[in-house]
Amino acid sequence: VALQEESASMAFTLYSLIQTAILCTNAVAVLHEERFLSKIGWGVDQGVGGFGDDPGVKAQILNLIRSVRTVMRVPLIIVNSACIVLLLLFG
Amino acid sequence: MDYTATQSGFRQQPSMRLRNSSVDGADGSQLFEDTSGAGSASQAGYRNQQPGAQAAGFPGQSLLSDPMSNLAMAYGSSLATHGREIVDKNLDRFIPISKLKYYFAVDTVYVGKKLGLLVFPYMHENWEVSYKQDTPVAPRFDVNAPDLYIPAMGFITYVLVAGLALGTQNRFSPELLGVQASSALVWLIMEVLAVLLSLYLVTVNTDLTTIDLLAFSGYKYVGMIVGVVAGLLFGRPAYYLSLLWCCAAIFVFMIRTLRLKLLSEAAAEGRLVRGARNQLRMYLTMTIAAAQPVFMYWLTYHLIR
Repeated sequence: VALQEESASMAFTLYSLIQTAILCTNAVAVLHEERFLSKIGWGVDQGVGGFGDDPGVKAQILNLIRSVRTVMRVPLIIVNSACIVLLLLFG
Repeated sequence: MDYTATQSGFRQQPSMRLRNSSVDGADGSQLFEDTSGAGSASQAGYRNQQPGAQAAGFPGQSLLSDPMSNLAMAYGSSLATHGREIVDKNLDRFIPISKLKYYFAVDTVYVGKKLGLLVFPYMHENWEVSYKQDTPVAPRFDVNAPDLYIPAMGFITYVLVAGLALGTQNRFSPELLGVQASSALVWLIMEVLAVLLSLYLVTVNTDLTTIDLLAFSGYKYVGMIVGVVAGLLFGRPAYYLSLLWCCAAIFVFMIRTLRLKLLSEAAAEGRLVRGARNQLRMYLTMTIAAAQPVFMYWLTYHLIR
């Protein structure tokens, strides 16, 4: 009961941090280039504007999304499969 | 047991030290420094005579006459040093040990001054980190340099004080210590990741490393401990008063420290510099500094009932 009385922030464990990280990365990885990002003006070709030393916040965000989608695609497959198997086995 | 203390400078164990000196690589990769002067001097001497003296080393063991156990002991110690060498080599790949050593090079005077600065930063004038030929000076010589000793000790003390506070309210159980520790650690990691992300988005060209950010985020534990201890000793009003004081102090401390690192030179000196980028950086500095009091309250208010 004492543990439940604690506010929600106290129930954080390192495992929940890993879960949060996986979920956030999944969320970024599922953003589709053609169907979504280009439609709202966040496509790959719309980010890189000037070549000065000031890319701007929007360009950085687009860069980040694109790199996460490219780099994390295969590791995410592996991690998600492991997560699914573990959740099925151990609940 | 003398036989396993391969790092100490025992003159009666020449074969042990010979093996140690033969497999010991660069001294910088050792996790713990060999501070025994005798050991390092004789290590250097033995390195020169190594090939010839190794055969003569075995009869030098006087304590056990049975040659089989001698052999077993020698083999065991060589395995141990070999394993230690592998651990050293691989550990350095994941955790930059030499960089971490810099952050723990503190002494009592520095810790005292820094703690005073964390609680009362208003009189300090020069906040710049001094450099010595392009590398930052060790914290021992410069009060403004970030260190990891105070945050680490502060974190552990916070967990213990939280356990104490919960114990005075009869809410304590040993698992709660682990829960407190892991949740505080999670908040710390999330804060450091958020700061890193925002630094990347605003493209600040700064020499703040991740460990620096970890150190700055860990300084708030000092204020939290002061608040909780005051609350335990003198009741809720004392807790609120001391927490308010420490929050203001940490806010000023963070702003004055981060201002020099994040803003451009002109803005850091206080002159008004127009421009969207400088404004963004200013907002970023203020947000990072304002997040500290929020965390300080969030992580301690449930301890004082």
